[in-house]
Amino acid sequence: MSERYSFSLTTFSPSGKLVQIEYALAAVAAGAPSVGIKATNGVVLATEKKQKSILYDDNSIHKIELITKNIGMVYSGMGPDYRVLTKSARKLAQQYFLQYQEQIPTSQLVQRVANVMQEFTQSGGVRPFGVSLLMAGWDEAEERPYLYQCDPSGAYFAWKATAMGKNFVNGKTFLEKRYSESLELEDAVHTAILTLKESFEGQMTEDNIEIGICNQDGFKRLSTAEVKDYLASVQ
Amino acid sequence: MSIMSYNGAAIMAMKGKECVAIAADRRFGIQAQTINTQFEKIFEMGPRLYVGLPGLATDVQTVSQRLKFRLNLYELKENRHIKPKTFLSMVSNLLYSRRFGPYFVEPVIAGLDPKTSEPFIASLDLIGCPMITEDFVVSGTCSEQMYGMCETLYKPDQEPDDLFETISQCLLNAVDRDAVSGWGGVVYIIEKDKVTKRILKGRMD
Repeated sequence: MSERYSFSLTTFSPSGKLVQIEYALAAVAAGAPSVGIKATNGVVLATEKKQKSILYDDNSIHKIELITKNIGMVYSGMGPDYRVLTKSARKLAQQYFLQYQEQIPTSQLVQRVANVMQEFTQSGGVRPFGVSLLMAGWDEAEERPYLYQCDPSGAYFAWKATAMGKNFVNGKTFLEKRYSESLELEDAVHTAILTLKESFEGQMTEDNIEIGICNQDGFKRLSTAEVKDYLASVQ
Repeated sequence: MSIMSYNGAAIMAMKGKECVAIAADRRFGIQAQTINTQFEKIFEMGPRLYVGLPGLATDVQTVSQRLKFRLNLYELKENRHIKPKTFLSMVSNLLYSRRFGPYFVEPVIAGLDPKTSEPFIASLDLIGCPMITEDFVVSGTCSEQMYGMCETLYKPDQEPDDLFETISQCLLNAVDRDAVSGWGGVVYIIEKDKVTKRILKGRMD
């Protein structure tokens, strides 16, 4: 009477690949595009939130979520898997605070979340998460912004700017041309919107994209009114 | 017989001008019998962070070892030195995890912030209640005597050499009024660029 498999479903192929992880990355690449850009004074996260029907209540579900006062994240891939990870990330951040009475540094949270994702590639009876995460944070001690990506394999990368999801290759090429070290947060938001626009089909409105910014005042998801203002300066 | 006075100890820490001092007696005894007169009760936890542990000697050693374990993992994971205030929370967490079967130690922490070099002193009770003060902290079997001495002799913003004199007098005269503390003293003066350890000669009784 075993309620759990004792063996992992993610196994090596003869060529040395973990095929389940490759498939998970394919699920991510088929997901809605998301973009992250690190500026000198903050980080911006942006994502496409196209709904299949006009009947959807756009503003009830969010893709960009707050994890702590200073850290937020967004995803490309499977929404339900993302919800599990946001819950996990929030709990890990609070556990850290309970122990040290200090806000968790972004890099520490990323390591812990990535560790959770790795466990699901080596545990019994589970499959890898079908999401890649972009985590943005402001480090109060060092007074600097951070942008990290976490993959289904559990690998994490620190980025200056990156794109995930559909058309991410074009997105990254676009960012390589447009990114500069001296970019400030306002310009970074502008650039993020332009990057999303490259792969956007149809008209971009404040209801079908989400933007979040992180600076020394903490992480904030922009309201539809604020998004509308930024969009106005683009088109 | 009280567990906290089975071995006997006296530890105190004081804040000075851009420096902190932490001092302890050197006696290790079992009730009335003195066994060792060079027992270390102050442990280095970082280049400018020290913790003093009075109380049951076995727990003094176990807590210092377990703290060092946690601290080493922290510094490896976070790739930075711990702030004294965060270390206080770590000690508090360790002690409270044994809320209903506690470690019989009441630690004293003294250190300088690794980035800003700001002085920091604090103490905790045996179940982890933290207390941060701006002048001095005391802990041990003669805490009442130590409070009296510190309250009388303490002056804020003393230079390291003056702080040394003050804390030494506070410690020596307090332990002289306690049967199970004393047999010499040790004082660490922690400054931004160096740490000085001095041995005090006191009444050996």
